[in-house]
Amino acid sequence: MASEIVERARGTDDLVVVGIQRRGVELAARLKKIIDDAESSNVAFGKLDITLYRDDLQAVGPRPMVGQTSLPDLQGKTVVIVDDVLYTGRTVRAALDECADFGRPRRIFLCVLVDRGGRELPIQADIIGTRVSTTPSDRVDVQVAELDGEDSVSVVRGTA
Amino acid sequence: MSPTLPKDLTALEYLTADQLRLLLDTAEPFKEVSERQIKKVPALRGKTIVNLFFEASTRTRISFEFAEKRLSADTVNVASSGSSVSKGETLVDTARNLEAMHIDMVVIRHHASGSAEFLGNRIRSNVINAGDGKHEHPTQGLLDMLTLRDKFGKLEGLKVCICGDLLHSRVGRSNIWGLTKLGAEVAVCGPRSLLPREVESMGVTVIPHIEDAIQWADALNILRLQLERMEAGYIPSLREYNRVFGLSMARLERAPRDLVIMHPGPMNRGVEIDSEVADGPHSVILPQVTNGVAVRMAVLYLLAGESPDWSRGGEGGEAGEGGRNA
Repeated sequence: MASEIVERARGTDDLVVVGIQRRGVELAARLKKIIDDAESSNVAFGKLDITLYRDDLQAVGPRPMVGQTSLPDLQGKTVVIVDDVLYTGRTVRAALDECADFGRPRRIFLCVLVDRGGRELPIQADIIGTRVSTTPSDRVDVQVAELDGEDSVSVVRGTA
Repeated sequence: MSPTLPKDLTALEYLTADQLRLLLDTAEPFKEVSERQIKKVPALRGKTIVNLFFEASTRTRISFEFAEKRLSADTVNVASSGSSVSKGETLVDTARNLEAMHIDMVVIRHHASGSAEFLGNRIRSNVINAGDGKHEHPTQGLLDMLTLRDKFGKLEGLKVCICGDLLHSRVGRSNIWGLTKLGAEVAVCGPRSLLPREVESMGVTVIPHIEDAIQWADALNILRLQLERMEAGYIPSLREYNRVFGLSMARLERAPRDLVIMHPGPMNRGVEIDSEVADGPHSVILPQVTNGVAVRMAVLYLLAGESPDWSRGGEGGEAGEGGRNA
């Protein structure tokens, strides 16, 4: 996936790897390290918390916790947004909106570890680790060693 | 599962340690929003907030307004002069009329202690207390706590002395409640005539001399001497107050450790605090102001999710850790 990013971005100049909180941040950090090791580069890195941009915040109920966002200026950059699971596309929609508040990137790619289908918005990933077919009652759990002690992807089949 | 909050933020006295921590922790990510080139997030889009200020205010009113605008809320400011309040309309009538125009939140500053709670119990909108008489100023208390936590990393075991006019100070009261709930040791220092009689029952010790407070504390929160209330003869003169209780560089230099100096503003330079100290290396007075916007954004964001007639759980619950498949 790392080499695919570099290939699509045509090098590491102006490349910014951005992870979506939380698991996406760990995955993005790993991709950055693989890219930097392979290309002797130091690509820019950012993390994004989309909570304040969610389209369901107007819905009722206690507010979700807000995580930290830290993004460099994205003006003219090639941005790779990294997340663990692509499902409805709503998180990515929010991430695109948030990126727009940090400048006008030249291009934005989407890179996900798992595409589980089920899109509700016209959003597709450019780089995909694996695809699984799921129903809405299924759950896809991605664990990363940094937060969960182990690396794993598991599909938990719903009973509905 | 994070704790929920009441519909209104009227006093830190009514909050639990977990609720206070939730507010402070939520303020952290909001600091970053104010550092962006585009200082705006859509979290409160479509919410209407009325800032109802029955007392003069610059810092607090502007801070709330920035917080509201940076969350994309629509805001209206009502001051008592130039509104129907000056025609004798009651607080509840004013608020009910505003509510008839479909507002979502009221930020209120009022000279009567307890007015925010009074209002919160009578209208459906969320009410945020921006200072009610001599009672509390919860968002100031929170921003002071956030500033101390930034500086020391934690509040547990921290020694904070609140100095000056505790009697009239809603800032002092909110600080005492908030800090003691989160495990800080709190002392107060000031002329006995300006300390509330029941102050020890709030869980604080009284340090009569500022010199001793400087020896004891990690941080001093210097309150404003409320000159408009001093005609009643609480202190002999401003000059004497400065001589006995004023924080000067000469006094500060005898501190056994680097003290952090806070002041909620507006300052009476040369009365409770000397300019050298206010503008010196120990002062975190301007970081306090910066944190004020972040704290108020956190309060607005969190309270927008708290309403008595909304059922709990449901959609908010799906956003939890691990459950989010985007």
